[in-house]
Amino acid sequence: MRLIFDKSVEGRKGLKISDSDVSVQANLPKKYQRDNPPNLPQVSELDVVRHYSNLSAMNFSVDANFYPLGSCTMKYNPKFTEMIANMAGFTDLHPLLPQLLGGGMLAQGSLEVIYKTERLLSEITGMSSFTTHPLAGAHGELTGVMIIAAYHKHAGNRRKYIIVPDSSHGTNPASAAIAGYEVIVVSTGKDGCMDIDEFKNRLNDQVAGVMLTCPNTLGIFNPRIKEIADLAHRSGALMYYDGANLNAIIGKARPGDLGFDIVHLNLHKSFAAPHGGGGPGSGPVGVKEGLVKFLPIPRIAKRNDGTFALDYNYPDSIGYIASFYGNFSVILKAYAYMVYLGKSGLIDVSEKAVLNANYLRSSLKKYFDIPYDRICMHEFVISVSKQKQKGISALDIAKYLIDNKIHPPTVYFPLIVKEAMMIEPAETESKETLDDFIRVMKDAAELSSKSPEILRCAPVSTPVGRLDEVKAAKDLNLRWHKR
Amino acid sequence: MSFIPHSQNEVSQMLKAIGVKSVDDLFSDIKKELRPKSFDIPEGKSEFEVIEYLKKISYKNATGLINFVGAGFYDHYIPAAVDALSGRSEFYTAYTPYQAECSQGWLQAIYEYQTAICELTDMDVANASLYDGGTALYEACMMAIRITGRKKIVTDSGVNMTYRSMLYTYTSNLNIEFVETPVTHGQSDRDAIYKCLDDRTAAVILQNPNFFGAVDDHFDIVKKAHEKGALVIQSVYPVSLGILKTPGAIGCDIVTGEGQSLGLPLSFGGPYLGFMAVKKEYVRKMPGRIAGESADKEGRTGYVLTLQAREQHIRRQNATSNICSNEALCALRAVIYLSLLGPGGLKKLAQVNFEKAEFAKKVFDDIPSVEVKRSSPTFNEFTVLLPRNADEVVNRMVAKGYACGFPLGRFYKGMDNYLLVAVTEKRTKEEIVKFKESLEAVLCD
Repeated sequence: MRLIFDKSVEGRKGLKISDSDVSVQANLPKKYQRDNPPNLPQVSELDVVRHYSNLSAMNFSVDANFYPLGSCTMKYNPKFTEMIANMAGFTDLHPLLPQLLGGGMLAQGSLEVIYKTERLLSEITGMSSFTTHPLAGAHGELTGVMIIAAYHKHAGNRRKYIIVPDSSHGTNPASAAIAGYEVIVVSTGKDGCMDIDEFKNRLNDQVAGVMLTCPNTLGIFNPRIKEIADLAHRSGALMYYDGANLNAIIGKARPGDLGFDIVHLNLHKSFAAPHGGGGPGSGPVGVKEGLVKFLPIPRIAKRNDGTFALDYNYPDSIGYIASFYGNFSVILKAYAYMVYLGKSGLIDVSEKAVLNANYLRSSLKKYFDIPYDRICMHEFVISVSKQKQKGISALDIAKYLIDNKIHPPTVYFPLIVKEAMMIEPAETESKETLDDFIRVMKDAAELSSKSPEILRCAPVSTPVGRLDEVKAAKDLNLRWHKR
Repeated sequence: MSFIPHSQNEVSQMLKAIGVKSVDDLFSDIKKELRPKSFDIPEGKSEFEVIEYLKKISYKNATGLINFVGAGFYDHYIPAAVDALSGRSEFYTAYTPYQAECSQGWLQAIYEYQTAICELTDMDVANASLYDGGTALYEACMMAIRITGRKKIVTDSGVNMTYRSMLYTYTSNLNIEFVETPVTHGQSDRDAIYKCLDDRTAAVILQNPNFFGAVDDHFDIVKKAHEKGALVIQSVYPVSLGILKTPGAIGCDIVTGEGQSLGLPLSFGGPYLGFMAVKKEYVRKMPGRIAGESADKEGRTGYVLTLQAREQHIRRQNATSNICSNEALCALRAVIYLSLLGPGGLKKLAQVNFEKAEFAKKVFDDIPSVEVKRSSPTFNEFTVLLPRNADEVVNRMVAKGYACGFPLGRFYKGMDNYLLVAVTEKRTKEEIVKFKESLEAVLCD
């Protein structure tokens, strides 16, 4: 489709802006003025509406497509939470109003939402306290790692390393490195869990923390998790829980009870806030009692009279990590979702998420290799290695799924499985949808011997075929230029 | 319930296919001793009940005040088309466009957003977004350190206090040296900055307009910084660029900013939009996702996420940043907003903001005990000196229906009597005049 910039017609306008109603006709001194206007499109409101409506139709989305992306928890995003997030009482609140009138009396509603969300998340995860400030999962990780650093610094030592398993999300080692740590990678054992002997060997008194996802990216809940936590604690390291996969265990296990000291959650995954085409997310961080003092400022406090206030009196806090209190409207959507579901609803989430994943796993193993074939949690990983021998890759299968209106699973991740497809159906999908997916995957497996060209040429139903990624990175074209 | 479609019969069929007797069997890896020690959550409510419950909570927010608070986050009008288009679920329920063929709508929108940010700032390339203005500044700072191999950062204290504090938080274990140069409600202190510049300096961080609303032309500072081999990072307020000198025009190397003013509601602090634009020679050192143009085998133009070898999912601990999720939907709102405005609309909007603030200054001059600070030109926000503690004045103005400004003593030592007043296009002449009358009454008490 033509770019909005190419639809520009000199002199066309899209929005009527009120004229100034004041009598001052001043200008900025020339020295401070812009020389040339930006080449923004000159289009009508209908031009804009039609352009972006048509672009919206060129996407797969949860509302229109099955979207079994592993580790992304693409569950249905309820409509009523959107409606709540759009209430003027929430959208129109300036974040600095708590700086006026006695610390928060003007923002009692939003402060209450944040406070109550923190309490619910603490109970769900078995943590003492939460901060909602982190703006995405990776931002939560960085916050968590900085809390690990603050904890050790406070204890008078600066440890050097963070341990992550080789199956971890890429954000884990990246967050550790950016916070100033060196990363130790431990490999995965035959059982699909972090190799515990290698872990023991690598653990030493310079290890600051251990970052784990549980269940891990293979969808396996490590039955020896408590043992790992005990080992880490005995050597003085803290345990960090990457909550990307919490959807598997809500109400079934709590990171706090498993021995984790710090946890981040992804409200845009487990708690049904939409992914927004890549964001905004929300990555709140919870900690055990002894670490509360390190949480970012300001904290939300409940006063004795039941009102809420911002509390800056945390001298050991790591400080500010965001401009304000987090992605408020995302937090609000997650809160509304939790209030709606309640206790049994939340437990139902993990049960059906795990049921759906195992149903797919047991049905797909007839057609694909499953390297760690056992009861899984909310996701599992298949390998296209069998088909690879006939020249068909995970990418080919992925593109064939697109032609069948199904968004592909996460491909080539985790890195430890060759030709990996990581499949997470989420609890909101029906048996018919899963059966349809199984049928398409079976067809794909059969086509890989019968008519492999159909797979290699896919997708054919989209506005463009497979795009040349090498060309994109080599002949960089990252913006439109006026001709 | 819980948006779960399974009938009991379907559950039985699925369990049978899996080869287990019950759902509990699927959780056998979680041993009894690892089960929750407590799960004390109230039972759920109906959709209607949740809506009513949260509506009541929303009424506890004082959104009815006439707003003159800015301090980096502004109450601008949001055209209805922005909500309508970004509210299309084909956009908001999609994931990151890694599978390009079924995400062309998103990828093209990001490419258009990148273009709009480049045009706005006069820079070469932009990324697909970062979290907010503060984290964007932190990423810029780390980027400058990577590019120059130096570890000293000079920050003008006209840069938002929260942003500066964030820099210190993020770098607290990285041995980076920060030097702050003082500002008092005016432009950057040249002499102080030049004194700090040396061959260890990675970057100078500036903000325009600065926290006090002062407009500056940082051309001379850019020149001096470049002579020392240091980069210049400028944090900007995008709406002001409708009339203000662009960072590209004065030679800045990295530009960041808070994109909230581009069609995002104030929403108690988020989601907002961190944007970043840089000179083209630095594109491979830039953090965050980037969309680029490519073609398929038949030569049809399409868009992909490119330069992914910089990112965490490929490079892990060696990535340029740990960022994964960004603020895509907010970036979409920004490009829709800028398209609706066009170059003429943006200029007019900025000019109206400027004129209304100038009008407010003039009106304030009529209060003898109030001094409008005029040490430099301003855009839509300015500093006034009150005859008494601004906190106290602000609190009393609330009772009269005004959020009358940001008391600067909250962020700056010794500025307890200073108030920062923002006037956007939404404030009418009548509101400004009545504001002044109320302020006069409060000060006379």
